[in-house]
Amino acid sequence: MKAHQSDRLASALLWVGASAIVMLLVAFLVLILGRGLPHLTVEFFNGPDGVRGQLFNSFYILFLSLVFSLPVGLGAGIYMAEYAPKNKLTDLIRLSTESLASVPSIVFGLFGMILFVNMLGLGFTILGGAATLALLNLPILVRVTEESLLAVPRSYREASLALGATMWQTLRKVILPTALPGLITGITLVAGRALGETAILIFTAGMNVSRIPFDVNPLAAGETLAVHLFAVKSNPLPGTNADQIADGTAALLIIMVIVFNICLTIPSRWLQHRHQGKNKA
Amino acid sequence: MTNRKSWVYLNDRLARYLFISSAILVSLIILCIIWFVGMQGLSTFKEASILEFFTSSKWSPDNGKFGALTFIAGSIGTTIIAILLGGPLGLAGAVFLAEIAPPWVRSIMRPATDLFAGIPSVVYGYVGITVIVSFTGKITDSPTGYGMLAAGIVLAIMILPTVISLSEDALRSLPRTYKEASLALGATRWQTIRRVLVPAASPGILTAIILAMARAIGETMAVQMVIGNSPRFPDSLGSPTSTLTSNIVMEMGNTPFGSTWNNALFMMAFILLIIALIMIILVRTASRKGAAR
Repeated sequence: MKAHQSDRLASALLWVGASAIVMLLVAFLVLILGRGLPHLTVEFFNGPDGVRGQLFNSFYILFLSLVFSLPVGLGAGIYMAEYAPKNKLTDLIRLSTESLASVPSIVFGLFGMILFVNMLGLGFTILGGAATLALLNLPILVRVTEESLLAVPRSYREASLALGATMWQTLRKVILPTALPGLITGITLVAGRALGETAILIFTAGMNVSRIPFDVNPLAAGETLAVHLFAVKSNPLPGTNADQIADGTAALLIIMVIVFNICLTIPSRWLQHRHQGKNKA
Repeated sequence: MTNRKSWVYLNDRLARYLFISSAILVSLIILCIIWFVGMQGLSTFKEASILEFFTSSKWSPDNGKFGALTFIAGSIGTTIIAILLGGPLGLAGAVFLAEIAPPWVRSIMRPATDLFAGIPSVVYGYVGITVIVSFTGKITDSPTGYGMLAAGIVLAIMILPTVISLSEDALRSLPRTYKEASLALGATRWQTIRRVLVPAASPGILTAIILAMARAIGETMAVQMVIGNSPRFPDSLGSPTSTLTSNIVMEMGNTPFGSTWNNALFMMAFILLIIALIMIILVRTASRKGAAR
């Protein structure tokens, strides 16, 4: 039976391919953590070449970019899911959101550079970096919001509207709470991606870090961890232990990614569980 | 009572306007990006010739030579290598996940591919420098290993999650009846996959491949770290060269804003933007064809 032999062979090859993919990931993690974990000491954070400032900037820029992008992204997503009529304007908005999602991050970086660094004359700032990073977040936020709102059953809306609630009341009291697990997952996804972004920030937030610990001045230049890894790996300063810093930074970034991925699953499962439990009771 | 009621309606109306304006704001952003980057980029051609920019590989801006063919060829070359390596592997992974994997294997592999997608591109570049260049140096017999092959391998890994998750979605969204009809006719699982499921899901798989190409051609940091950054035409897999993205990163810091050299770098970004927009239109056509069938 030739057909059965080729069936077996194909299955075996697909198993091999799939295990290759998983092995590749394991190799990545072992390599990066194996090289980097020994360097993650107090000295690594607080020493003269410490990355304390970069770590702070990473989260500070992430926070500001979410402050800028969340209201607009959620708003646009709500419009697309709940209000948008089927017409040319809606089509156009959808097309431009999809296009925005496909823009390479370096193009965002150059756009931010024209706008914030040169036209507004701010120079390299945390504010400009965060605002440009917000543009990267926007299309994902819109899509995630739209998807999680559309997953809410129609009957919920109809019941609320039939009781005389306005659309806004329905959204606030019924639709958004039900869609919350999906929204949280989406925001975590966006945050994870923004945290590792480099190409945008090189051209907008610069490659310098403030000497003051935990400097919250948004008009200071703010190198993040990911940018720092790029800087020490692509042009290492002679006389510093650039390789160790790079190893440690890469490991720290990977740990952050893993933590975000765990966060991605836990809160939404917990919320879903609680929600279902409440409905049963 | 009436007062409170009108307040409720005012709120409702206000919220509606807020939502519409954020949707319109999102659409305006892409237009602004096209306009600003495009204007800055196109002003290159006040002093340099368009024909030279796209057909010459002589890049020496100090002497007024603005031939960007090297970078265009580098970008296309690395993208093709990435698709050739990562496309089939990703598709195999997707078929495996959709049709073969037992649930427990799936519950390991799905989060694993998500984790791949979450790794920052600088970390891919870091792995490229620490491991992959020494490997490509050996196969291509080049002293450093930096070049198109190294960049292609790194990109192939980076596009895996895109190819896997989108192709798997396409395979899973097929009606069950396709598979059942084929199996009922006595076809084996592999025959069903090859002759029925993959062809039926081809618009979705095509979308996955196009989006993966878009990601590969626009990828910056990982490529910049392993490509070698020499403005030399990519005539072999293992010699240092440059791509559109890597050259922008290399030269942007050393050129004054508004100079022809600087504008030429914006022109390269504009080319990347146009390619990305063309890809989106291709994806839309592919998915519309899929829906029409």
